[in-house]
Amino acid sequence: MKLAYWMYAGPAHIGTLRVASSFRNVHAIMHAPLGDDYFNVMRSMLERERDFTPVTTSIVDRHVLARGSQEKVVENIHRKDKEECPDLIILTPTCTSSILQEDLQNFVERASLTSKSDVLLADVNHYRVNELQAADRTLEQIIRFYTNKEKNSLNIKPTKTEKPSANIIGIFTLGFHNQHDCREIIRLLNDLGITVNEVIPEGGLVTNIKNLSKAWFNIIPYREIGIMSAKFLEKEFKMPFVSITPMGLVDTALCIQNIENILNNYQSNQKYNFKSYIENQTKFVSQAAWFSRSIDCQNLTGKKAIVFGDTTHAACMTKILSREMGIRVSCAGTYCKHDADWFREQVEGFCDEILITDDHTIVSDMIARIEPSAIFGTQMERHIGKRLDIPCGVISAPVHIQNFPLSYRPFLGYEGTNQIADLVYNSFTLGMEDHLLEIFGGHDTKEVITKSLSTDSGLTWSIEGLTELNKIPGFVRGKIKRNTEKYARDNSINTITIEVMYAAKEAVNT
Amino acid sequence: MSKKILTFECETGNYHTFCPISCVAWLYQKIEDSFFLVIGTKTCGYFLQNALGVMIFAEPRYAMAELEESDISAQLNDYKELKRLCLQIKQDRNPSVIVWIGTCTTEIIKMDLEGMAPRLENEINIPIVVARANGLDYAFTQGEDTVLAAMVHRCPGKKVSSKLELPLVLFGSLPATVANQLILELKNQNIVVSGWLPSQRYLDLPKLYDGIYVCGVNPFLSRTATTLMRRRKCKLISAPFPIGPDGTRAWIEKICKVFKIIPKNLEERENKIWESLKDYLDLIKGKSVFFMGDNLLEISLARFLIRCGMVVYEIGIPYLDKRFQSGELELLEQHCALMKVPIPRIVEKPDNYNQIQRIRQLQPDLAITGMAHANPLEARGINTKWSVEFTFAQIHGFSNAKDILELITRPLRRNKNLQDLQWTKLIKSR
Repeated sequence: MKLAYWMYAGPAHIGTLRVASSFRNVHAIMHAPLGDDYFNVMRSMLERERDFTPVTTSIVDRHVLARGSQEKVVENIHRKDKEECPDLIILTPTCTSSILQEDLQNFVERASLTSKSDVLLADVNHYRVNELQAADRTLEQIIRFYTNKEKNSLNIKPTKTEKPSANIIGIFTLGFHNQHDCREIIRLLNDLGITVNEVIPEGGLVTNIKNLSKAWFNIIPYREIGIMSAKFLEKEFKMPFVSITPMGLVDTALCIQNIENILNNYQSNQKYNFKSYIENQTKFVSQAAWFSRSIDCQNLTGKKAIVFGDTTHAACMTKILSREMGIRVSCAGTYCKHDADWFREQVEGFCDEILITDDHTIVSDMIARIEPSAIFGTQMERHIGKRLDIPCGVISAPVHIQNFPLSYRPFLGYEGTNQIADLVYNSFTLGMEDHLLEIFGGHDTKEVITKSLSTDSGLTWSIEGLTELNKIPGFVRGKIKRNTEKYARDNSINTITIEVMYAAKEAVNT
Repeated sequence: MSKKILTFECETGNYHTFCPISCVAWLYQKIEDSFFLVIGTKTCGYFLQNALGVMIFAEPRYAMAELEESDISAQLNDYKELKRLCLQIKQDRNPSVIVWIGTCTTEIIKMDLEGMAPRLENEINIPIVVARANGLDYAFTQGEDTVLAAMVHRCPGKKVSSKLELPLVLFGSLPATVANQLILELKNQNIVVSGWLPSQRYLDLPKLYDGIYVCGVNPFLSRTATTLMRRRKCKLISAPFPIGPDGTRAWIEKICKVFKIIPKNLEERENKIWESLKDYLDLIKGKSVFFMGDNLLEISLARFLIRCGMVVYEIGIPYLDKRFQSGELELLEQHCALMKVPIPRIVEKPDNYNQIQRIRQLQPDLAITGMAHANPLEARGINTKWSVEFTFAQIHGFSNAKDILELITRPLRRNKNLQDLQWTKLIKSR
């Protein structure tokens, strides 16, 4: 057992449901007790979905415990088959139902004999994988199922499209800015003269999975979901894939170069060269390169930041901050423990330390210890930042409704670099304001608020000391207070006077 | 063609509601010195974290004891594991009581929480109350019912001296201000409330003894009522619930009747409240409502809305204890006759899919529904009100009737502002 208050990645069935409800005309039936269907609430609220979420529950209750759920599950599958006529019905176990050890595969086989829809059992272990791993697995399972089905029925050799084309694999419902990213990738491919063959799963049809092999290659924009599918397609159809996330100028360029290599590997007369495109976009279309160079951005030099999130976003953000903006990343971390090695390899050399954990209290302690000028993290880090008075830019799931913006906010591609530059810049206290606050002693004259994280036992502040403390700008006051108190405690000083404050400042500087 | 008698239907039970473990959200705030430990899986944890949104960041006094594979396969000793976690909680928070919330998983693997609790209680010296608030047996607000029923056993026992005046204990968790309002209403009738279950602090649980009167304030507390009657020999005052001015008056009258007191000024008080609601009433008069059903407050709310002049098409409800809600059902019937409207159809364990077909057909002016269906229905031009808000808003007593109507009329008022734009149906027709 584990004492837990909060988790970064959800349970496995959420991943499966995200895959299922991203496709068009696919219905998921959860094998779960009453109340486990809050996925529908999340989707309806966060994504502001206009349509009913295609997820229903075959409810496990006392009756089912006593008699088994075979009839009920089969009946529910048949019912959905008739009501909605989906292409595919996915039966999804939950943590609870998986310990019942019923032969769900058998139910699925029975139901599929008489239903028009295809029926699949999501093949994930609820106690070993999380939401992201389950989504990756389920997507591969569906693609494999339809590929095999096609192979058995027709057995034709795949033909490639005439012009270069790509599949985008890994765009999901409830994904962090996924819709915007998808539009941006399509735009990027259009610029390169590459058509989009299929986007899977968001908005795609399972009946179109047979067309996947017509594309020249696959793009996997996110590390967490899609790699398994890409590897399967590579094995099955020798389809190459690009798994470099085009986030930030350097990686976007790298991604495009990879695409160039893939296209040039195909036997064709045309040779592709995207060098001038990259150059033009980097220097003149995207504003990010110029922004980093502009004098305004100088003020960010050497400021400390902390990055935490899923592997894709945390790794890319770390590289952008340190490589493209000259900000010092004191710590980069991820909650994707299952992919820790990849993450380490990515951020090695771009940050001072690496943190792999899914315990938010460890992240919180780390932030309190390092006291960065800004945090780039998830919704959780935003709240930690609020408590510690440190600004936070949200860069990764899990997120709340405000991170499903209506306006165009990609993180990927060249427009993404602009968005990220804005996010980073606005997260730090603005440069000039920073200076003015320091010169004029700040504009807030509120009493010093003691924070819970500061241990102030047995220390008293002299009146002069307090007045001096109040002159310090609000956003660094907490830090100075903590440092001074630490110094006082280390030197067994009970009353903090102005002299002690200056001594503490000197001690920190040396 | 109005139906005369209440009829009850029962559908498939394929409906959306919250898991009963959500009761920790309001109970940990109500019982200030408690700590709620939910013994379940990631699924439970994810639900709490998403359903309770912002509260999770306020260092709540609840946590998950997250079961891992080794717990499920019994490689680890449940007792030792729980002891370890409870000691940690004791050290970090030092609560007066730890409430274990059993979930579906503990049910299925047959973890003997009730057996372990007394042993561990002795060992670590903190009371441990066990409530099985799981989705196999219960829906949403019934979670509170299981917790309160378990707390009944912890209420201090007998101290009978004078048999002349038997005190009154109310049960059902309400915000302190609302509870005080109800206590005052009764005080105006010379009735003293001697205790409330749950109390603000665990250490102040009310005294219960043979023959004491108890009365519920919420319609989902049938187990608690049964436990009070059977295990503590309390006398249950069965009344409609104090929701809406009509309900509040009926509730007070019934209590007065039991204590043989002739109520004073009640009618005037009720009429005054109705008068103050006039603006809202004008807005909803003759409008129709459809309750999809998810929190067991439905009968009381429907009864109030009918008295407000609305027409109720259907009352969906997860579970209906006809005995515990008898006063409420009676009043519903009376109101329908009084207002000359057909008696609504009452559907227990509804089927959301069928209900949506019926909503399409009936086109009600307002559907009261869970969040899973609210946005899709709005996109189809149906006004909706999110039902969970009624569990968190203050809706009890005379003075809070306005809050109910504020909630009910919000979608109507909002959409009135937008109606000139003709953007009602926002889905593409297929």
